[in-house]
Amino acid sequence: MRPVTPRALGALAAAAALAVPAAAQVAVRGETVYTMAGEPLKDGVVLVGRDGRIERVGPASSVRIPGGYRTLRAKVVTPGLVDAHSVVGLAGILNVPHDQDQLERSDPIQPELRAVDAYNAREKLVEWLRGFGVTTVHTGHGPGALVSGQTMVAKTRGASVAEAVVDSATMLAVTLGPDATRTFAPKSPGTRAKAVAMLRAEFVKAQEYRAKRANPDSTKRPARDLGLEALVAALDGRLKVLVTAQQVPEIQAALRLQREFGFPMVLDGAAESYLLVDEIRAAGIPVILHPTMVRQAGTTANATLETAATLRRAGIPVALQSGFEGYVPKTRVVLFEAAVAAANGLSTADALRTITIDAARLIGQERRVGSLEPGKDGDLALFDGDPFEYVSHVCGVVIEGVVQGEGCR
Amino acid sequence: MAAAPLAAQAPHAFVGARIIPVAGPEIADGVLLVEGAKIRAVGRRGQVAIPQGATVVELAGKVVMPGLVDTHSHIGNGDGGDRSNPIQGDARILDALDARSDNIQRAQAGGITTVNVMPGSGHLMSGQTVYLKLRDGGTINDLLVCRDPMTEVCGGMKMANGTNPRGDPPWPGTRAKAAALVRERFVKAQEYRAKLRAAGDDASKRPDRSLELDALVEVLDGKRMVHFHTHRHDDILTVLRLREEFGFRVTLHHVSDAWKVADEIAAAKVPSSIIVLDAPGGKQEALDVSMTNGAALEKAGAAVGFHTDDGITDSRFFLRSAALAVRAGMSPGAALAALTRAGAAMLDLADRVGTLEPGKDADFIVLSGDPFSTYTHVEQTWVEGRKVFDRADPKDRAYQLGGYGVMNDRDVHWHQGMEDH
Repeated sequence: MRPVTPRALGALAAAAALAVPAAAQVAVRGETVYTMAGEPLKDGVVLVGRDGRIERVGPASSVRIPGGYRTLRAKVVTPGLVDAHSVVGLAGILNVPHDQDQLERSDPIQPELRAVDAYNAREKLVEWLRGFGVTTVHTGHGPGALVSGQTMVAKTRGASVAEAVVDSATMLAVTLGPDATRTFAPKSPGTRAKAVAMLRAEFVKAQEYRAKRANPDSTKRPARDLGLEALVAALDGRLKVLVTAQQVPEIQAALRLQREFGFPMVLDGAAESYLLVDEIRAAGIPVILHPTMVRQAGTTANATLETAATLRRAGIPVALQSGFEGYVPKTRVVLFEAAVAAANGLSTADALRTITIDAARLIGQERRVGSLEPGKDGDLALFDGDPFEYVSHVCGVVIEGVVQGEGCR
Repeated sequence: MAAAPLAAQAPHAFVGARIIPVAGPEIADGVLLVEGAKIRAVGRRGQVAIPQGATVVELAGKVVMPGLVDTHSHIGNGDGGDRSNPIQGDARILDALDARSDNIQRAQAGGITTVNVMPGSGHLMSGQTVYLKLRDGGTINDLLVCRDPMTEVCGGMKMANGTNPRGDPPWPGTRAKAAALVRERFVKAQEYRAKLRAAGDDASKRPDRSLELDALVEVLDGKRMVHFHTHRHDDILTVLRLREEFGFRVTLHHVSDAWKVADEIAAAKVPSSIIVLDAPGGKQEALDVSMTNGAALEKAGAAVGFHTDDGITDSRFFLRSAALAVRAGMSPGAALAALTRAGAAMLDLADRVGTLEPGKDADFIVLSGDPFSTYTHVEQTWVEGRKVFDRADPKDRAYQLGGYGVMNDRDVHWHQGMEDH
């Protein structure tokens, strides 16, 4: 996790910042305001300042809206939604080779692939997600390779990756199990066990590389290896490892790998995680769960609509994702996935957590997004009713104080 | 899983629910009287005489509405035509279905009682569809709407245009070629029919029998509905043109660009079976698919039904199509009809299913709440007076929620075939 953009992007970002519409002072007043930091407010107000950050949050009776603020009203206000795992921006709406950059098939292990080098901020699906209240998305290389590359965090705005990026290197995307084997024939891995063996070998190599690179005699250091550098970042705890593991053997293998190498890990997908609640909790590993409505076939055949509730009850941190879709529809929408979770065992507040503050924590952005608190980014979603009711609408999305589009969706 | 058949039992009176008959106004505190496989009466409590000895089922707080009609699905893991030819009107999906497939159970859990199971869209004509009732049964024969596939029309005819049915010869490479191939085949069917008519009862004068042309004659005669997969607005108009030339009866399916040509569709008096998706895209033809399609067609005065296209969307979430269409401007009444009565008409089954009216099949669902609410669950599904799904039964509940070993893995193959839908 790097809280700032890498140098290569820094200059770009500075230049691009000028092109981003300036944030006005915005006041959002909601009949119910889910701050996700304490109980929901009745008739609450959120003030967003010129710097795009939240200035004040409180009941309308105590927070006066100063003159000069543009006031937006809504029945229900939530923090801008956080999609904990997507591929939008890399996997485009057309679904043809030129807009599918989430999976490079030339080699099963490519940790050096950076999401920022492939993210298309103008992708229509980014705008689609924003229309349903999503303001922050953890996206990047998708499932399907043993190590498919790195992920990033972006705001769903901007005309370029530099304008959108929040964190340029967030996690390393790893997939275990049948979804990442047999797709690289004749190259390995062809089996589950081989996949784990290859991954272990790569991390061992990274440990050795790290040790050699630390040699005080610079002439004796090995040449730089971009792939191993990314693995070292994981070993050093600077990059989380996002392991997509749907079935029991894969989840257990992931926990085993984590114990062996000690990298910070997030379980992803985790369709059968409800069978391993004790082990996952004991390991202290959070879960970015598959979309609630995931197709129950293949490695997700045993998924259930109640897993989010099961994990939450067990005290395991859980966030929801839109995931990866290979065909139609080309993406899911976390608002709807959380809604179905709310209909299947999660309370409204807990379901909201999976797409706001808990999702923000899982992707390392809880200081900036996920709740409505002074100092945080002025990212909000405005609804004309219960956010989870299908017949409600998103009637306003604000990102860092900038109102994104008009009308209701 | 099934309750004992009511046919052999006393009448059942379902009382106290909010009843949405679709055929008329809602009834706040209603009675649905079922005798055998049929509905005997629907009305207000106190208004419907409950026969002595009837079993009374209290459903206060629940919602009862007609069983859902899914006008386009691929449950049962069937396939239609093979890769030998782009036009295979002789292939019947009913010869290829697995009635024990888990997705049939999932459809019951989603409140679906009648379904049009179709072959894919990778052909100009991929074969004959079949209309099923989701009764509990171990074989396809148990599920057929028709009594005898040897003598009756048991479904429609699946056709497609646009990019799915394209390929190397003998598949068409362009849209114009696709239309030409289809016209050529229908002309042949017209000639075949003329010869049949001319021969009359004289068997010696009849042309050699063609299974495909037999089916196309049923299409030309209006006995077999064409279910036409079409996305782009100009492809939709091509369907309307073909229909005008050959006079067949057609239902448009998917109709992604419906909002662009809603007036033309309405003017042709052709119904549309649409899909409601979480996002556009995934294929170029579906870039402009809109949740407003239902509203646009309704506004234009065209008939609208919904479908799952299961596995594109999951049968368990079929109700949500209506709710999302309402979100995008469709009227609640039209949206409920689109789940039931309108779909029944598209399958030529409006006299049997789609509404709660005396004399119709006792196909209904019991909901925990408002049909448009996210929080509502399908609690019971009844087909012809038999309960085929009960959320209170742990086995049935598992089909609704999922779980370890609940869904069999056999429908994995659809990952390879999905581009055909």
